[in-house]
Amino acid sequence: MLVEFAMMHAWLVPLLPALAFLVIVFLTRPFEKLSAVVAVGAMAISCVIASFAAYGIFTNHEYAEKPLVYAAKWLSLGVPGVTDNLLVQVGVQLDPVSAMMMFMVSFIATFIFLYSVGYMEGDPGYSVFFSYLSLFGASMLLLVISSNLLQMFIAWELVGLCSYLLIGFYTHKISAREAAKKAFVTCRVADFGLLLGLLALQITFGTLNLVELGEKIHHFEEYTTMGMLTLIAVLVFIGPIGKSGQFPLHVWLPDAMEGPTPVSALIHAATMVVAGVYLVGRTMFLFHEVESAMQLVAVTGAFTALFAATIALTQREIKRILAYSTVSQLGYMMLALGVGSLTASMFHLWTHAFFKALMFLAAGSVLHALHHKADVWEMGGLIKKMPITGWTFVIGGLAIAGIPPFAGFWSKDEILVSTLAEGHYVLFAMAAFTAFLTAFYMWRMIFLAFFGDEKPENHPHESPWTMTVPLIVLAVGAIGAGWLGTPWHNLWAEWIYFGHPHHAAANYGAMLLSIVLAGGGIYLAYTMYLKDAQKKRARRMAEWFGPVYRMLYNKYYIDELYLWFNHALVDGAARLFYLFDIYVVDGIVNGIGALTKSSGDGLRVFQTGRLQNYALIFFLGVLAVAVLVTFTGPSAFSLVLGGVK
Amino acid sequence: MLTISLTHYVVLSALLFSIGLFGVFTKRNAVAVLICIELMLNAVNINLVAFSKYITPTDFTGQIFSIFVITVAAAEVGVGLAIIIAIYRNRLNVDLDNFDWLKW
Repeated sequence: MLVEFAMMHAWLVPLLPALAFLVIVFLTRPFEKLSAVVAVGAMAISCVIASFAAYGIFTNHEYAEKPLVYAAKWLSLGVPGVTDNLLVQVGVQLDPVSAMMMFMVSFIATFIFLYSVGYMEGDPGYSVFFSYLSLFGASMLLLVISSNLLQMFIAWELVGLCSYLLIGFYTHKISAREAAKKAFVTCRVADFGLLLGLLALQITFGTLNLVELGEKIHHFEEYTTMGMLTLIAVLVFIGPIGKSGQFPLHVWLPDAMEGPTPVSALIHAATMVVAGVYLVGRTMFLFHEVESAMQLVAVTGAFTALFAATIALTQREIKRILAYSTVSQLGYMMLALGVGSLTASMFHLWTHAFFKALMFLAAGSVLHALHHKADVWEMGGLIKKMPITGWTFVIGGLAIAGIPPFAGFWSKDEILVSTLAEGHYVLFAMAAFTAFLTAFYMWRMIFLAFFGDEKPENHPHESPWTMTVPLIVLAVGAIGAGWLGTPWHNLWAEWIYFGHPHHAAANYGAMLLSIVLAGGGIYLAYTMYLKDAQKKRARRMAEWFGPVYRMLYNKYYIDELYLWFNHALVDGAARLFYLFDIYVVDGIVNGIGALTKSSGDGLRVFQTGRLQNYALIFFLGVLAVAVLVTFTGPSAFSLVLGGVK
Repeated sequence: MLTISLTHYVVLSALLFSIGLFGVFTKRNAVAVLICIELMLNAVNINLVAFSKYITPTDFTGQIFSIFVITVAAAEVGVGLAIIIAIYRNRLNVDLDNFDWLKW
């Protein structure tokens, strides 16, 4: 009964946080605790509904084949029968993928909301923060359950807006404001591509409903050519490049860490940034038809994974390292999509959400304790004073490094095996090397921050229960979330797949390789950063590879490149147009004024004010007309009078 | 024997009109200008009556029209003199050279 209700009313899941947003904004804003209760309560109820709906989906295998869709007409344009009737719907599409996402988003959001109750204590914008969080939750859940791409795009923009508001939440910090602007502008650039892609889809296929599109694109030859379809796929993919922080539009994501830590965990690690991956997964029917677009997705993903991992090697701020690792893990997910494995991609998305949210929240707990001292080199030995934060962070570290039986191992292994099974050996090598780097930089951070000698100037303390409970819950997820998809009994692949269920058989070689790489990375980090208390070897490495080190530390100078580009091209063009404006536009306007004025000055002398002068001129005029008539005949005269015959 | 033809009337009228016009352009005194305007109007009257007599002798349209002109001219002189008197009361002279207030 309850399950039935939840499945038929899944629209309540985004609606409740949206209502919470309105209630906080208009009613409870002056009462901080009440606002927090409203936000957490609404999200928790959403999570319960989402859980029941997901239960309903995952107990009936029909929905894996044929999604549960219900939609209402929103608006229709055009005259029926005369022009094509454009019908825009709003609706819900429940299938294993969206049910999984809906459950995951609402579940993690609930715990992050709870965590924020403690973390944001004493902030002047306490209620406002919860209203933004609720709006974000509503938008993200709307995106997840959308049955058509237009509705998805609206939610897509809404989450972008919330991201902007929350990154720039500390409005008194210039860096936060700049980061918010950067995130918004970068994502807008990408969204433009997505919008063009959606328009092209609507024009070509006459619908944006996912189910209909899936059927029509399967026979796309009836509608359009391969070239056009490739163009559409590439345009649609530009959106995820921006939203999911893929190279070269990844620049906003590390800067987004200027926002409060719960925001980093919720939006810029676990949910919003995976929206791009989710969108590609949702439109897999489109990419599946276009081989070259699939390769683009795969190469972008693999390159981003490796690229971001190398940058993370040298960063010093705890949240920045996590941000680059997020970019890197998103690259893995894209790679998995690109090699055609929706299963592996969504699996990694699922496990990543748990361990990355966990690590961000733990990092937030550390920052909370150290009064926002973010440099890992200035931490050390924190695990003694902050056992819960420390050990949950270690669990997250083991999960992301890919140590069995933690969650990250299974999903990463699935991606590696899928890549290998499709015969992409170069991409496989890149992904495997990235796994090694990931283990290394993560454990570098953990050894520096949590182990080693304590720094006397720090006075850390464990955080309150509202912050540690979410850590423990997410740590359980980071351990166990991957057991759904072990190679021996892959429950995951039976439900979430594209086309028909398939998963690679257990590949013990790849498994062994990824364990060895992860272990090697951790061991290397151990020898360099923990055993060697003076960090001599680490310093020597930095000196030996000076130029490389500096290049990585400065993130390959991509930001500088964009800045230069901005200066040279945008400002240059602006200067050119400024000159045009000053000399041509203003010149025309001022010229007309000057002409009027000078002609007036010239004609002024004729107005003497003397009647006799006027009479004389009048007479001369009459005389002139008389002469004209005399010498040219009456026709000219009639011309003067306006054609009177 | 000199017979008086239409041409004589027209020439007389033209002369009278030209004298009046010249006076309008050159006289300083406003009253003199009014008198000159009367000259021009009378030149027109002569024209009207002469053409009526020589071209349409049976109709009297020209004569009737000139009576109208005389009537209107009387009214016009009345108004004109009233204005001149008003100006004189203001300025104590009627020299047209001083009346350039219609300037910018």
